[in-house]
Amino acid sequence: MVSIRSIPSTPGSLSIKDMPWIVEHNESRCMLCGRCTAVCPTGAIKLQYMRKRMPKMVLNASERSNTFKIFVGIRQKTDVDHRCIGCGMCAYVCPNQAIGPVFNPIIDRLRYQSTKGGNAVKRGGRRNVPGPNLLDRILFDRISMLTDPALDAGRHEFELNTLLGRVLPPDEYIKRKLSGEWIPPVREIFPFVIGSMSFGALSPNMWLGLLQGVAYCNEVLGIPVVMASGEGGCPPWILKSKFLKYIILQIASGYFGWDEIIRAIPDMKCDPAAIEIKYGQGAKPGDGGLLMWFKVSELIARLRGVPEGVDLPSPPVHHTLYSIEESIMKMIQSLSMAWDFRVPVYPKISGSTSAKAVLNNIVRNPYAAGLLIDGVDGGTGAAYNVSMDAMGHPIASNLRECYLDLCAQGKQNEIPIFAAGGVGKNGNVTQNGMALIMLGASGVHLGKYIMQAAAGCLGDENNRCNVCNIGICPKGITSQNPKLYRRLDPDKVAERVVDTFKAIKTEMKKIMAPLGRSQSLPIGMSDAIGIEDKDVADRLQIKYIC
Amino acid sequence: MCRLALKTANNPFSPYEILRAMEAMQEGYDGSGLGLLLRGVEFTDFNYEATHPILSGIAHTRDAMKRLNKFMEARGFVLKYDHEFDADFSKIEARDRFKYFVQVYKLPDSWAVHSEEEIEDKLTATRLAIRRDGEEHGGDLTVFSFWPDVIMIKEVGWPLKVGNALGLDSGRIKSRICMAQGRQNTNYGINLYACHPFFIQGIGTMTNGENTAFVPIRDWLTGRHYPAYMGYQSDSEVFTHILHYVTRQLKLPLEAYKHVITPLKTEELQNHPQGDFLLGLRNACRRLIIDGPNCVMGSLPDETCILVMDAKKLRPATIGGKPGEWAMASEMCGVDAMIPDRDRSLDFQPMREHTVVVPPERQEFKIWSQFDPFPLPQAA
Repeated sequence: MVSIRSIPSTPGSLSIKDMPWIVEHNESRCMLCGRCTAVCPTGAIKLQYMRKRMPKMVLNASERSNTFKIFVGIRQKTDVDHRCIGCGMCAYVCPNQAIGPVFNPIIDRLRYQSTKGGNAVKRGGRRNVPGPNLLDRILFDRISMLTDPALDAGRHEFELNTLLGRVLPPDEYIKRKLSGEWIPPVREIFPFVIGSMSFGALSPNMWLGLLQGVAYCNEVLGIPVVMASGEGGCPPWILKSKFLKYIILQIASGYFGWDEIIRAIPDMKCDPAAIEIKYGQGAKPGDGGLLMWFKVSELIARLRGVPEGVDLPSPPVHHTLYSIEESIMKMIQSLSMAWDFRVPVYPKISGSTSAKAVLNNIVRNPYAAGLLIDGVDGGTGAAYNVSMDAMGHPIASNLRECYLDLCAQGKQNEIPIFAAGGVGKNGNVTQNGMALIMLGASGVHLGKYIMQAAAGCLGDENNRCNVCNIGICPKGITSQNPKLYRRLDPDKVAERVVDTFKAIKTEMKKIMAPLGRSQSLPIGMSDAIGIEDKDVADRLQIKYIC
Repeated sequence: MCRLALKTANNPFSPYEILRAMEAMQEGYDGSGLGLLLRGVEFTDFNYEATHPILSGIAHTRDAMKRLNKFMEARGFVLKYDHEFDADFSKIEARDRFKYFVQVYKLPDSWAVHSEEEIEDKLTATRLAIRRDGEEHGGDLTVFSFWPDVIMIKEVGWPLKVGNALGLDSGRIKSRICMAQGRQNTNYGINLYACHPFFIQGIGTMTNGENTAFVPIRDWLTGRHYPAYMGYQSDSEVFTHILHYVTRQLKLPLEAYKHVITPLKTEELQNHPQGDFLLGLRNACRRLIIDGPNCVMGSLPDETCILVMDAKKLRPATIGGKPGEWAMASEMCGVDAMIPDRDRSLDFQPMREHTVVVPPERQEFKIWSQFDPFPLPQAA
């Protein structure tokens, strides 16, 4: 037995078996090029000289039986800052397929040690709950067959767009139209929206790629996709361009970027698609936005009107907020007025049991253009781990409750509810989105799915990568470091955006055609869906199927 | 699938003629039921004044009949005529039929103070109260309509057999408009209330096909909290209620109906002379957009008849006839059976954008296209 003192064991000691990801390295294939160690975003691996004993059978007493061999190998670090995040960039760059991370299925011990210096864990990404979510389990079971013929997804025409903006009740519309009164602005948009990801959270190349792709969808393909800016404004050249009409500008509690926006108004060639007032976010309800200092580059600092290299935490609430009534009223009316009441202005809140109260307030505000509810599975660029994993409300029941509440008031066509938070988190983007639409959403916002589909984001629900917060995104999606974001070609991102929306459009038709729907988006068509879970079915007031 | 037949003529005719047209179209339906709406009514046994409301329905038991008579009497209605069908209930599948009632009432004297609109609402409220009463008593009372100049009959079984069982061939009831539909709603179990045509405040429509957008439309109509927007045992009932909503609640012209249920596409509206108004109307009435294959035939209180298709024309229909009488049917053979001596080359099958309107004078039918403007107040 070896004395305990000779073993390097402290409370924080970790072996590679304690790590969530273990780097497997095949020495026999390694050509010692060093690319893996150069690319590793956390510096989790290092090339180092190592010695190993080479025992051999020796019959001659004058010779030693053991020899030692010196070799160069890969060693995985086991401290918190240099942990392997499983991104797999080492595998991408290895010319010989000699290295790659493997998920450690046991509960890692790293999590107990990652509060160094008393700092609670912060990260970017998503809520780490792997496996199918509730939306994945919803089936579209009302198939038109003989009672009415199914439509042909490939040949028939389909109306797939939705409305963003407050819609008047028919009698009120006619009255106002005839007397020439103000009619609230309404946008006809594609129901899958690129959700709020700020210019700051995303790299300039990513943002540019998204916008290029969105513009192509609109101008070439006729798919009216819009994207939301997130907090932090927009580069001035976009504000003054004709592409602004594809952008929903977000104002959040830090008001970052709004100096530039307001100053640009006289020079705007068109109105933005809408204004989103962020009151909450599904990934971190009750927390404001957070752009960590790593990402506050010269450009971002200029856009946001702040010094370089400082943390930019937005307050959890708007400072103007005194009560829900006056906050929503003031903000919505001020922002509507800024564009002369030509732009829909709507609030975004995190999924919560209080969502219905917000909704009912909005219903009574004649200027509110809709409501976006962001469920617990939403993603973020930076937040406390506990906020991401444990705070919030799943989107499905929250949305459904709000929709049924609107139905009871007969106002479901007046206030569009947009849903977000985990749409497509397991890749089933159209299925998830259409399920939400049939539960009552007018459309859905996508964040993580777009990052994954359009830019190859490596994050997953096993906490893979998820380092968007510290600016070391190995794909260059969420980094402000030019060395990293140059890895991302905006043209390629644009191509993937277009591919993604074309595919979503096709899949929407493949869902709607068998349901016999083609003339309008099947919002609230709850007779078309079912789930193999009685409790969920009861809660959502949909069919239980088995 | 349902088969539809509608005939409108200046000279009243027996509904039995229409049942023969249904027979001609028999290959297309399962003959599971019959729904009839007669408008512009004449009785051979009674000199009917068209202002008096007619109550149509079925009393399934003697008690129900007694209760109904008491109910009407208590509210001050005076029974002017109680039509006795030459009925032979042994020819009907259902066993729980005590009496088909078609009763003409005089309005209560106390209603004289009310406006026409108030009276119409009170008639509707009376019908709904009778319906509720029947439902509260195990469904022993079924009421289809209570409105001046309208009779409705609904029954399970082969249409012609139902007609024979009720003695409709006797010619004791005639009408200037007869709408007939040959199927019970066999999709979801038999319910007499689920049988077309549907009726609300003078407006009757029937449809063949399936409205796949039923649930969102139903949810929206229910949200109007208008008492008569109820029932919805059939997905097609919403077509009648939408027509009611558009013409009576929004007070828009009949042409607007088509723009509400099957609006034009955005790019089509951008080139439409009333595109700006219609785009807004489409948004405001978005939840009333129908879907699926549907052909809708309807008639209005002034004896105007209409025919419209779904936006893809997945259910066709034909109209034909001659000045003074016109027939619409889901099958050409149905039109042939109703008006054989017509110029068939003038038959018309509307396209997806058309609304066919037969005005009350019945000299010709009008084909109105959604791409054409329609009369709206100046400011629109």
